[in-house]
Amino acid sequence: MRRGSIVALLGIGVIAGGAATAVALVPTWLPKDASREAGRIDFVFWFVIAICIGIFAIVVAVMIFAILRFRVQEDDHEDGPPVHGHTGLEITWTAIPFVLVTAIAIVSAIVLSRNDAEAGNTLHINVTAQQYAWTFAYPDANNATSPVLRLPEGRSIELDMRSLDVIHAFFVPEFRTNEDLVPGLVTNVHITPTRTGTFPLICNELCGLGHSLMRTQAIVMKPTAFDAWLKQQQKSTKG
Amino acid sequence: MTTTETAHDVQHAPASTRGPVRRLILGAGLLRGAWMFLAFGGFGFGLVVLIRWLAHWHPIIETQSLVLVAGLVTAPLGFLAGIGAFDYWARYCIGSPTREEDHSGHGARSWRDYFRVNTDHKVIGVQYLVTTVFFFLAGGLLALLVRAELARPGTQYFDPQTYNGLFSVHASLMIFLFVIPAFAGLANFVVPLMLGAADMAFPRLNALSFWLLPVAGIMMLSSFIVGAFAGGWTGYAPLNSDHQPLGAIFFNQGVQWAGASSIMTALNFLVTIITMRAPGMTFWRLPLLVWANFTTSLLVVIATPFIAGSQFFVMFDRVMHTHFFDVGAGGYPLGYQHIFWFYSHPAVYIMMLPGFGIASEVISVFSRKPIFGYRLMALSLMAIVVLGFSVWAHHMFTSGMSSWLRVPMMITTLLIAVPTGIKIFSWLATIWEGKLHLRTPMLFALGFLSMFVIGGLSGVMLGAVPIDIHVTDTYFIVAHIHYVLFGGSVFTIFAGIYYWFPKMTGRMYNEKLGKLHFWLTFVGFNLTFFPMHILGTEGMIRRVADYPPRFENLNMFISLASFGLGASVIVFLYNMITSWRFGEIAPANPWRAMTLEWQVTSPPPTFNFDEIPQVVGSPYEYGVPGAQHAVLAPSKAREMEEVSV
Repeated sequence: MRRGSIVALLGIGVIAGGAATAVALVPTWLPKDASREAGRIDFVFWFVIAICIGIFAIVVAVMIFAILRFRVQEDDHEDGPPVHGHTGLEITWTAIPFVLVTAIAIVSAIVLSRNDAEAGNTLHINVTAQQYAWTFAYPDANNATSPVLRLPEGRSIELDMRSLDVIHAFFVPEFRTNEDLVPGLVTNVHITPTRTGTFPLICNELCGLGHSLMRTQAIVMKPTAFDAWLKQQQKSTKG
Repeated sequence: MTTTETAHDVQHAPASTRGPVRRLILGAGLLRGAWMFLAFGGFGFGLVVLIRWLAHWHPIIETQSLVLVAGLVTAPLGFLAGIGAFDYWARYCIGSPTREEDHSGHGARSWRDYFRVNTDHKVIGVQYLVTTVFFFLAGGLLALLVRAELARPGTQYFDPQTYNGLFSVHASLMIFLFVIPAFAGLANFVVPLMLGAADMAFPRLNALSFWLLPVAGIMMLSSFIVGAFAGGWTGYAPLNSDHQPLGAIFFNQGVQWAGASSIMTALNFLVTIITMRAPGMTFWRLPLLVWANFTTSLLVVIATPFIAGSQFFVMFDRVMHTHFFDVGAGGYPLGYQHIFWFYSHPAVYIMMLPGFGIASEVISVFSRKPIFGYRLMALSLMAIVVLGFSVWAHHMFTSGMSSWLRVPMMITTLLIAVPTGIKIFSWLATIWEGKLHLRTPMLFALGFLSMFVIGGLSGVMLGAVPIDIHVTDTYFIVAHIHYVLFGGSVFTIFAGIYYWFPKMTGRMYNEKLGKLHFWLTFVGFNLTFFPMHILGTEGMIRRVADYPPRFENLNMFISLASFGLGASVIVFLYNMITSWRFGEIAPANPWRAMTLEWQVTSPPPTFNFDEIPQVVGSPYEYGVPGAQHAVLAPSKAREMEEVSV
């Protein structure tokens, strides 16, 4: 290859990579995170995005360069050089993706085990889903129930989830959590909220005609406010 | 219309002594299909009523079992028997003398022959393609209705039942009635020719496989009459085994007909490819399209019975009150998902490997270079087949399945990117320093290459469990599957249709319109599906008619783009119809390709080759002086020199 070609190829690669990076950075992709787990998941997201941008830039650069450079007129009846393969190249593009996906797998597995690990002093909440409503019960407060999920900031929380009819799913985009609620099983979600606020809580498994309306909220409160609210709920449940 | 005349036609036409009216009513054909449809339907109806009456079950007239038995089983069987799909075997079974094979069902002499049971693989290939394009249009219209509803938040045009039916039937038609059978149709036409064979191994089975398709497609479409199945194409239990309108069994049963068609075709391909290769056609001389269909067929025969089973279980739960997925009686809902995805993940490769084959043919021919790393290309197909069976639970990372399964399934999922990457890089190396002719098939192949890279990379993202936990069941998934199945499969189907159009019809398509179609599709596709990635990561979930107002602008944009994408199909249809009728007469080998289908006339003679060709080398020796893929009979070779340009 001539030096000019290499420069052109690199140039197209940089433009393609730059365009892809701009697409990755300019729009808001992920909603602002509100749990410790979300931060780790976002790390994996951007780690893989970076690798993807690199691969995308290489493929697009080679393709666009080839189209610009090797295109011929229709009456050109010549054939290209009869190159059948190149063992070194073939080993390279088997080995490098192998290394990259292995790296992704390792990072993912570490994040997964960290996110699943339960800290001490965990607050347990029972979640029950049915067509098309959510119920949250607090065993620490005599199973006081609430139609919205209220959580204390900064504490490790374990949701024990059940479904009464069909499969539903628990999804709070700001927590980066998604888990199905399956009839006959108890499934779990582990969250550590890091930011107070009100976040949408959505059923994310087609569960029937009211599926798109099966929404409520997850409200993260300051621990003291949460405790006060829980006491209040407990009283009204008794009364 | 492909019109082929051979000496066989006149000599062996079946001599019938029947009068014309009797022949019209009793002879195999659409009319007999219609009355036998009604007769068999009536028989099924009577049988159910009789059994219920004898068993003292009430009510005696029960809609669900009647619709299932009479409408979805016996009546379609009657139709198939009526058009003559079983005639030969039926005669054989009852000991009646079978007619001597006179090849009257071979070749097409007029357009009417395409509406009959025909055993010619070339006619069947065209039947497949026309039928699947019809269902592509139907499925596409449903998608546009979905986008119309989604243009604004809140409910616009459809109630939730209809809306859920729209996207469920859209997906089912596109998967079972377009992508899978369109590839089968292209392969039906091309594979026997590429092998140097006169036809498929089992021509009558081939005809039956085709005719099962319209039955399956009409079944899925007509579910709208009784309340469309609205549980998504994945049909998860217990939602679909219990809480759905009657249309759900139309899906359960439609999948059986389409699946049976797929399995029979795959078996036919396997036997054809293994036993009917021309002398000298070793496995390492097979064109990659044949390799692709060989590996696809392996996937189909091993995997498809699993989806058949899963749909039977769901239907049994509904109709016969079994308890496969009824928790109250010891059922296990996750069992459905495991069985379903054990088919439906390999199905992703069933919908992609044939496209890889088409891309290999087109890219090599229009780059005028041998395919780069031929053996590794073939082996990577086999690697995808093997790995493809070990990744199904990546659809279930958040399903509540045993959590230990997630990491092993993540590793196999990510590893499958390696053989896929090999293919992409090998195609890039094939175009490198080639002599690129950017004809329409090549544009679609290169479009496929660039779009499939995006679909593959978003697939790697989804393979990483932590990312999947956030974006599962959101529009990110919708974007990903459309980059893979539209950017991947549909682009290669278009590439294949344009590439073999001259061979199939004997006429050239209009190049300008072809290129216009490509650019409209390419731009419309990206504008429609790329923004869905952003919607998904922001948290917009799929399968909902209503969504929070903050997603409104992007959704409106996507809907407008999708109407543009829909309009691009008009250019395609206009081009196909006018070129088929009035196009320039095609030479035998307009692309100067080496594979065998281009070494015979366009369209090929009824029995493909006058004499069996002798294969002497690789099918991709472009640029090698004096290289030949096959030697045809000398008389034929001379004729070819005169015909070819």
